[in-house]
Amino acid sequence: MKRIVWMFVGLTALVVAALAVLLFREVNGSAIAAVDATKIVAPAEQIERGKYLARIGNCVGCHTARGGEPYAGGGAVDTPFGAVYASNLTPDSAAGIGSWSGEAFYRAMHEGRSRDGRLLYPAFPYPHFSLTTREDTNAIFSFLLNRVKPANRRNTEHALAFPYNNMYALAAWRFLYFKPIEYQPDAARSAQWNRGSYLVQGLAHCGACHSTRNSLGAPIAGHTYDGAMMPLNDWYAPSLTDKREASVADWPIEQIARWLKDGTSPSGAALGPMAEIIFQSTQHATNDDLVAMSDYLKSLPFTAKNKSSESNANSTINEAGKRLYKDHCASCHGDDGKGKSEDFPALAGNRTVTMANPTNLISLILKGGFAPATSGNPRPHGMPPFYHLLTDADIANVASFVRSSWGNSAPALTDLDMVKYRNALETAR
Amino acid sequence: MVRSPRVPPKGRLVWKRVCIGVLAVAAGAVVTSASAQPVLSHEAMTERLQACISCHGKEGRTINQEYLPRIAGKPAGYLFNQLLNFRDGRRNNAVMTHLLQPLSDAYLREIAAYFSELQIPYASPDVTKASTETLKLGESLVLRGDPARKLPACAACHGSPLTGVAPSIPGLLGLPTAYLSAQLGAWRAGQRHAQAPDCMGEMAKALSPQDLSAVTAWLSSQPVPSNSKPTASVAALGAPLPLRCGGVPQ
Repeated sequence: MKRIVWMFVGLTALVVAALAVLLFREVNGSAIAAVDATKIVAPAEQIERGKYLARIGNCVGCHTARGGEPYAGGGAVDTPFGAVYASNLTPDSAAGIGSWSGEAFYRAMHEGRSRDGRLLYPAFPYPHFSLTTREDTNAIFSFLLNRVKPANRRNTEHALAFPYNNMYALAAWRFLYFKPIEYQPDAARSAQWNRGSYLVQGLAHCGACHSTRNSLGAPIAGHTYDGAMMPLNDWYAPSLTDKREASVADWPIEQIARWLKDGTSPSGAALGPMAEIIFQSTQHATNDDLVAMSDYLKSLPFTAKNKSSESNANSTINEAGKRLYKDHCASCHGDDGKGKSEDFPALAGNRTVTMANPTNLISLILKGGFAPATSGNPRPHGMPPFYHLLTDADIANVASFVRSSWGNSAPALTDLDMVKYRNALETAR
Repeated sequence: MVRSPRVPPKGRLVWKRVCIGVLAVAAGAVVTSASAQPVLSHEAMTERLQACISCHGKEGRTINQEYLPRIAGKPAGYLFNQLLNFRDGRRNNAVMTHLLQPLSDAYLREIAAYFSELQIPYASPDVTKASTETLKLGESLVLRGDPARKLPACAACHGSPLTGVAPSIPGLLGLPTAYLSAQLGAWRAGQRHAQAPDCMGEMAKALSPQDLSAVTAWLSSQPVPSNSKPTASVAALGAPLPLRCGGVPQ
């Protein structure tokens, strides 16, 4: 009996020691030699391609601080664990990536490790970028070196809470949830579909917002693209696999492509963070790539979570909400909730209105929002904010009214819901 | 740093004015010819800009006299600069930033032009509770500045009728007390910025909090003259601007 206990203790010690060695090696990765990257010669065509790919990846979205120099970093990426500050990607040799090599840049994208061997936080979405080919990362690197003005802004230290600020914790996270991967084409699918899959899962990193994460911020198997709250809880990135949310399985491919290019569709315009993504990124994609991404998005399987968006018994009309709707909403969205056009979308059958998660509806009533300005819709219409005109109770009433009228049958919002979604409110006020 | 007004030799001054005039006209042209797209009708723009009108009021009048500024009739270049400042983080207002985020420079120029072209009567000025001494100090700083402290008058840039200068210098009359005081305070505290060099930031920092409340009290108690249009150009001011301002073409 005693021997068994000792054997167990011994084995555990061995496993712990092996893990410790693994983590130690993971944390203390090797540096890649510094070079003078400005001397690397790149063909013009490769630089142009890199510029295009950097837009697909929306690198500028995080790596340019509001009002700051392009690609000089410094903006905070908010996570539930604290703020991660985007780094300087300009070709400055001290503060930026001017001493990096193509190999170092590929390793950062593919393995999430900096040139000096340091581990990178996955707020930099390398679990997605890992799929990007060496050819494509080389192109992006060439673009950054040749078309971006060097800025000597030093990188800001991350403001993460303990234990997330510890490199061993990050190594353990990577051990559990991250493995560098290359894109494996699905031979049963077309080249177009595979191109879309490569972009959506890789550079475009759609899943970074649209996939549920566990309490450690890691993706959960089987929950890809099934919708998730944004880190500050002020917006819900809807499910791309649920027909009651943002699945596009029933849309013609051209309609999906137009949504990504122009930011509009017969069921309304893109608002919230997606408006920004379309403005900065997808509107610049080529028609072939838009169609490819649409092909892939359309093919996503249904894995609808068991979310009740059906109203329970309570079908009484919210009279206060009905009055508010008449005063504030009907002139654009119509007495019948059918709207007027793409610019004044119907609320009847509108998924943003009827989704189980009402965050976006509340946010839109509070803060309003413009659709993105794109070549197909250069002067978009804007939904007005109502934070200064409506109380919390008013918003609950009018939201409940639109969620249960004209054939909509989503549950009413209570004052308690308004407390729950107050984060959206706090950001607006 | 605040520089005292300089008086250049006469010949140079004329040439300088000509140059300023040409630049101002060019800047005006850039501001109004927004994009390659055909210009939209007033009604079509009104339909699109409900999100602005919700707070700044029909016809650009404010719906909240207490704080929200009126934007109707302000110079287009000034409005365009403010839209950029909110979008790019030099001014802070969560709702403004949120709304402007997905909009292009070309569209922001058109939005600025739309509101600048609205001409509507002003409401009567705020009733002031300030003392006579405070109002006297305010009036003196606004109209004459303080040469002893090398402080130029507000009127030196904003025009002697204080109705602003096209295309980029705003008028100072017809604004709510709370708004004026919050803006001057924000500039002094470094919370509101303009394109560098930030002349208003320099001015607000050179003035004491007492000076700022005196200026605010006097300005917000003055009626807007019947011709509320901004002065046509910086050249028409009759003297060069005493400060360099990043947002003002010169």
